[in-house]
Order: sequence, then C-alpha cells, then structure tokens
Amino acid sequence: MRTVRFDSRDHYRNKVYPSPFHSRQKELNGLKEWSRWFDYLSVPAYTCPTMEYFSGRNTCGVFDITPMVKHLVSGPDALAYMNRLVTRDVAKIKPGRVGYAVWCTDEGQVIDDGTIFHLREGVYRLCSQEHQIDWMMINANGFDVNIIEDTHDVAGLALQGPTSCATLKRMGLTGIEDLTPFGLRYFDLDGIELMVSRTGYTGDLGYELWIDAGYAELLWDRVFAAGELHQIQPMGSDALEMLRIEAGFILAGADFMPAQHTVRPTHTRSPFELGLGWLVDFKKPVFNGRRALLAEKENGSRYALVKLDIEGNKPADSSYVYSSTNKNIGWITSAMWSPSAKKNIALATVETPHGAVGEEMLVEIYYQRELKWSRVKAKARVVKDAFFDPPRRRQTPPADW
Amino acid sequence: MTDTIIIGGGHNGLVCAAYLAKAGHKVTVLEARDKVGGAAVTREFAPGFKVSACAHLLYLLDEGIQKELALASHGLSMAATDLATMAMDEQGQHIRISGARIEGANVTDADQAAMTEYHRYMSRFAAVLGGLNNRVPPRLGTSTGKDLRSLARLGWNIRKMGKHDMRDFLRITGINVYDVLQEEFDNELLKGALSVDGVLGSFLGTRSNNSVFCALHRMSQGGRYSLPEGGMGAVSNAIAAAATQYGAEIRTSSPVKRLLLDFDQVSGVELENGEQLMAKTVVSSADPKTTFNQLLGPQHLEAGFANKIKHLRSRGCVAKLHLALDSLPVFTGLGETQSGNRLLIAPSMNYVERAFNHAKYGEYSEHPVIEITLPSIHDDSVAPQGQHVLSANVQWAPTDLKMGWAEAKHGFTEAVIDVIARYAPDIRSSILHTEMLTPEDIEQQFLIGGGHWHHVELAMDQFLMMRPVPGAAQYASPVDGLWLCGAGSHPGGGVMGCAGRNAANAILKTNRG
Repeated sequence: MRTVRFDSRDHYRNKVYPSPFHSRQKELNGLKEWSRWFDYLSVPAYTCPTMEYFSGRNTCGVFDITPMVKHLVSGPDALAYMNRLVTRDVAKIKPGRVGYAVWCTDEGQVIDDGTIFHLREGVYRLCSQEHQIDWMMINANGFDVNIIEDTHDVAGLALQGPTSCATLKRMGLTGIEDLTPFGLRYFDLDGIELMVSRTGYTGDLGYELWIDAGYAELLWDRVFAAGELHQIQPMGSDALEMLRIEAGFILAGADFMPAQHTVRPTHTRSPFELGLGWLVDFKKPVFNGRRALLAEKENGSRYALVKLDIEGNKPADSSYVYSSTNKNIGWITSAMWSPSAKKNIALATVETPHGAVGEEMLVEIYYQRELKWSRVKAKARVVKDAFFDPPRRRQTPPADW
Repeated sequence: MTDTIIIGGGHNGLVCAAYLAKAGHKVTVLEARDKVGGAAVTREFAPGFKVSACAHLLYLLDEGIQKELALASHGLSMAATDLATMAMDEQGQHIRISGARIEGANVTDADQAAMTEYHRYMSRFAAVLGGLNNRVPPRLGTSTGKDLRSLARLGWNIRKMGKHDMRDFLRITGINVYDVLQEEFDNELLKGALSVDGVLGSFLGTRSNNSVFCALHRMSQGGRYSLPEGGMGAVSNAIAAAATQYGAEIRTSSPVKRLLLDFDQVSGVELENGEQLMAKTVVSSADPKTTFNQLLGPQHLEAGFANKIKHLRSRGCVAKLHLALDSLPVFTGLGETQSGNRLLIAPSMNYVERAFNHAKYGEYSEHPVIEITLPSIHDDSVAPQGQHVLSANVQWAPTDLKMGWAEAKHGFTEAVIDVIARYAPDIRSSILHTEMLTPEDIEQQFLIGGGHWHHVELAMDQFLMMRPVPGAAQYASPVDGLWLCGAGSHPGGGVMGCAGRNAANAILKTNRG
C-alpha cells in the first residue's frame, strides 16, 4: 500500500500519513490509540505494553519501523561522503554489513545517531532518528553523490525476540539462520525483493525486514502467518522503549538533545559524552567535528552518560543524581524497572569527573502512592555492560524455538 | 627550500610576503599573471595609454606599512594627493567636497554647517573602526586574556566617545546612508555624492543596511584620495621591491592549481604546469571561495565551515571603463584645474538607488553611478603628450547579468559613455580607444571569484571576527598550514595592505609558539 503520493499537488495538506501497514495495524490495535512518529501514525500499544514487551523477550514481537527516516547514498564519492559525514570509518563496513554511527556538527556535538547499511558495493542506506536531508544535502557540496530520502518508498518491520529466526525460516527465508549480527541479505518474496538485516533496537536476537512500500501488506501477512506457531505478537512503541533501555541503547531527544535542535550551546553532547568514543576514528584526515573532538580528547569532556543499577524497585524517572557526598552531579534521562534483569535501571547524565564504572551515587526518586508523594534517596552504582544481554543476541545460527 | 608559499602577488600577498621575509621566513610568492599587483596594477590598454586597470584611487593604504616597508625608497611617490570630490551637475552647478569643506553655486550656509557636523562624527566613528584595521580580530566565546583585552579595548574606544557620540555611533553604524543623509542635509546633489561613499564597490543601495558601515570603512584610514605616480601598479611594484629586498622570491606566471595535503594538513601546492612545491605554511591571498572551494576542495573541510564559505555574499557589481582621449575632455562648468579631481556622477540619492535596482534583478543600469578620474592631468607617464586617460568605476553592473555579458557589453559601454557625455558633451569626438571591463572580465583578469573588490561583501556580518567567516577570522584556516591574507579577511579590500600584515603577524606569532 502506498500512502504518500508526492506527485499530488495537495500532499502538503496531509501532516501525518498512515503507515503502509495501517490496514493491518488498525485491525489489531485494540486500544484504538495512535501516536505520531514524524510523518506517520504509530501504535503506542496494541493491547498491553507489558505483554508486548514480553513478546520481544520471550517469543517474537513485530514493530513497524517504516517511520524511521531513511536515505539512500550512492555515486562515485559515496564512501568519501559517508566518511566525512560520520565519525567512524565507513570503509570498515563491507558490502552486506551494517554499522551503528553518529554524526556531529563542526563543534563535535552529536546531531543524531543511526545505522549505515552497505546495501551493495558503494550504495549506502542511512537510517536516522531525526530528519537529516537538509544536513545531508549541505554535506554533499564537493562530492559526486546522489542522495535521496526514501522514507516513504521503503516499508520496514522489526521482528525481535527468540523465535524471530524460526518465524523467518518458516516464512521460507532459506539460510536466514546463517546471517550474523549486523549482516544483511536479500531474499525473494513472491518475486519481490526483500532485504533482511540482523539488526534491531532491543539488544536481543532480532531482524529488520525492508521491502518496497507497495508490498507492505503482503509482507505483514506472510510474517504473521509464519509466526503463528511461534507466538508472534504486534508490538507498540511503549514496549520498544522498555526493550531499548534494558539494552542500554540511547535515544535522541530522550538521552541527548540533537545538536541542531538545541538552543543553548552547552546542552549538546559530544560522542565521548554519550559513551560513544569507540565510534570516533581520528585516523581519518577529515570528518565533521574532528578538530573539536581532538581538542576534547586532549582537554577532557564535560559530561558522561552512565548506566545505573539502583537499589529498590521505584523507577527513577526524571530524578536528580547526587555524588556519594551528596553533591548534585546530574540527572536521569531514561529509567524503568527491568523485568528481565530484575533490576531498577536507568541511563543518566553526570558531570565529569564522575561516571567511572563502579562509582557509587545517590538518586533522588519521587514517587506517588494513591496520590500521596514520597521521596527516597536510593543508592546507585555505575555499571559497564547492558542491563540485559542474552547470548542468543550474538549466536549464529540461533537456537530453534 | 622555501618554508612559506604565498598564493597570489596582489598587494596583500606582497605585504604579507614582505613582513614574513623581513622576519626571516623563506618566502615564495606565486603569482598567476605575468606581473605582480593583482587589482592594484597599471597596464597599457591602448598604444601609449596606461591606466590603473582595476583600483584607480589610493585612499586606504596604511601609513605604517608605507613607513615600515620604506615604500618611498622603493619608488612609490604620489602624482596627486588630497583630491577633492566633485559632485557633478549636468548644468555645471557642481559641488566641490574637500574634507568638511563644500563649495558650489547652490551651497548654503546651512549645507556647510550640516557638512561640518557630518564630517566630524563620521571621521570620529571611522577612526574607531580604523583602530581595528591593524589588529588580528579577537575570538568570541573564549576566555583568553588577549581576546578579552581586545574586545574590552573596542568597547572602551566606543564608550570614550561620550554619551552623545556613542549613542549615535551605535544608532547609525548598522543602518543605511539614505536615512542618515536625509536627517542632515537638504541639498540633493550633495546627498547623492555623499551616499556613493556608502555603496561604491558593494552590492548595496543607499537604502540598504550596512551602507553607513561601508562609508565608515572607506574613511577608516583618513579618507584622503591620492593618485600614485605611474598608477596603482607603482604601489604593488614598491611592495614587491621591498619584499624582494628582504629576500622573498616572487614567481610570476605561476598559477596554482591546487593545494596539497599531507593527511590533515596543507603541505604545499601544485602549479597548473604540474610542478609541486612543498612548504609548511601556505598563505592564500585569493578570495575565500577560490581558496576553499577550488584550491582546497570543500570535501577536505568540515561541512559546517564549507557551508558558510559557500554562502558568503560575493557578487561583484562594478565595471571599469577606460578611455584613451585625444584631448582633455571639457566638463560643463568645470575648469581644467578641477577636472583632475574625483568626479562623481550621482545627482541624487534616488538616482543612486534606482541605479542599484537593476542589479538586484540581474540587469545593468543605463543610468549608473560613475566615479571618474583623469590621472593623466597629474601624471605625464600614463598618456602621450597632450592626450589623456579617463578611468571610471561604473556601478551597478552585476557579475551574473541575466542576458550574459558577451551580448550586453557593447550596449552597456555605449550607455555609460552617453551618461558621461551629458556632463562632457564633446567627449565622444576625442575618444581614440575604449576598454570596458565588466565584473566578469574583472573576475577573469584579476582572478577574483565573483569580481568583487572586497572579495566578499563588506558588511557588519562579514567583518572583524566574522570575516570571512567565524573559524577563519584570525587568518588561520581550519586546515593546519593554510592561512588567509587577502581582502576576504579582516579588514577587507581597497588597497590597504592591513590584511596582509595582520596575517603575517598572526603567522609569526604562531610559529614563535
């Protein structure tokens, strides 16, 4: 189903479009609630966010990622262009592979994060959280590249959870079990090209399926038919939010402000300040932010993004963080009780030099019991690894369920 | 082995070379054309007739540079100094403007009183700006003592003007010359001529903001017009001689094709003929767009900076007319002794504004503003005995003319001569040879992207610590080893030399550590 027709003179009258999966989502959306994800209607929860979360951890949850902003970069200078745009070395992402990346302003402040799909030799798909076409066109000055935003042309479905591989196998995607994490492969779906990547935003075994938007409903129907025996469930954005926090993944607009949306210059963050220093490759002679990041590496960062394991079970949403000596040193950006890790977890921004792994901190949690507010200062500890990190995430071939 | 390469042997490149060589650097200047000078150059345009081919009046050249480089000892002398400006009137009722003094048939005491006050505060404000000409602009947003002191000095220089003048300085610097002159004067002809100071060489009309700022810039080194003996090329030749004496090597006919990079820094240049020259420091006096977009390539810059360079305003808008004349032209009502002054055809501010209107839409004006000099009156070396040279700046004529200059050039030239003929009716009969340089010609012949006198528009948002753009305003570019020293850097164009010297000072300071 094609939902966006830019050849229509009136396309601008529409502010929000139904997703190409809308006809199927509408049937399953028991709560009849819709949220907006940039250009599209999205489902916060179909029936129960917690149940949908558990499908992502225990069986297979299906999430519509069509609204994610997608760009196609090709042409003779595509690699050089990508390498100047993002901080990591894109030459290391071989054809058929996917890489996580961030990109910065000249000041070394993160504009957005996303994934680079090396679709075919010299052809890249960049998926981003925010709209980026303006910045990407600005970046094209001096490069022989073709850049298009094809968000509306490509429908995407994320299948996440332990039975996702089995579902795809049953769907007839022969050899899918050999796909390693961050790999991508093409399949034939009734004569239509289907791209499958072993990627996701849940920190679990999972795949993302990409198809021409005109065949979205076909894909949905085939996936759900194959997944019936594997307890497949549609999943809304509320469940995904829980899954990504458990995985320790950051979210633009929640855990950091995209630099180009920030009014106050000190409210932006560098890759180092987001714990993404491993994505910065100074062995490249030029990339946006290089000079500023070299200086930051020399002089030190202002902030650190940390994972906190907090005592008790009261979620620490929007809390202040204190040092062990009771000095206010930061704030929580994402928090939840983790059902899988059985821990009270959070992502937080703290001022340096705080933030070393193992450091003890205090979190001031306000909570309500039958409208009555209470407060607790809970002990917390900085941890290194993802809160929930099952081996099946990396296992190839994945176990059959 | 040279340690510093300077791209471009225009006056700023030569000044920079002279100061660096004087401090002991091994300097090589690479000039694309067959002689040095850039836009400050004298050339023969007809047998026996020589003219300052681009810039034709000297009014900004820094006195300190003249002294420190001993330009007089290298052959620089003036054929005329303190030229008056003649506000030309078709009927011959001209006004002579010399500093604060105005004379003319229709000049009233009230006009003179207004002029005295106008000249007083404009000179004072210009001196505040002029005080910045010899300084490397401070960086904003740093806490280094030098930058803070520099900003404090600027603030103090404004504050110490006193409440009345400070308020007026802050009030008028950003606004347009039309409003300010309208406040002060009644005399249309006088206002027309004075308004030209705010727009000459800029893509601005009299009602455009920033035009007061441009007028102040024009007066920032005293605002006195001179003609060098032998034309403007004499200035460049003297600077070149000084640079050579200090040990700089100057290579003409050596156009640079591109900058060479070693990983993340500039390591030298490649010439059009394929020859490569290596140097730790490369200083470009070319305009910023040429330097970054053509010689370096925007792909070697971070994207935000490259985007700022791309959007610099640098549309040229002045054409240059050269006439070889059989005899001295007779301007109605203007005696022979007055003809050697700076003659301005700008009878009213509305005339100036209307002339600008065409440029906005990619057309040339058939009734342009014209600034005329007759250097042969003062200087026998530029024309055969008894014959004369007329050199005129003609505004507005945009670089990106809609109909294309190849087709438009003839009609434009005739229109300009027709306008001059309204003031000097017999001039056509004495024309021996005509040369018209459109901004497109200026772009190609003087290798200035856009053909803009100042490389990039002179405006408050492209001045001081924002010239050409933040991140390159202290002469160092974002690419290590590459520096800027041309008119596109602070304090801009006009044959001043300050950008070249400031750049040399910044380079010397960095190299000293």
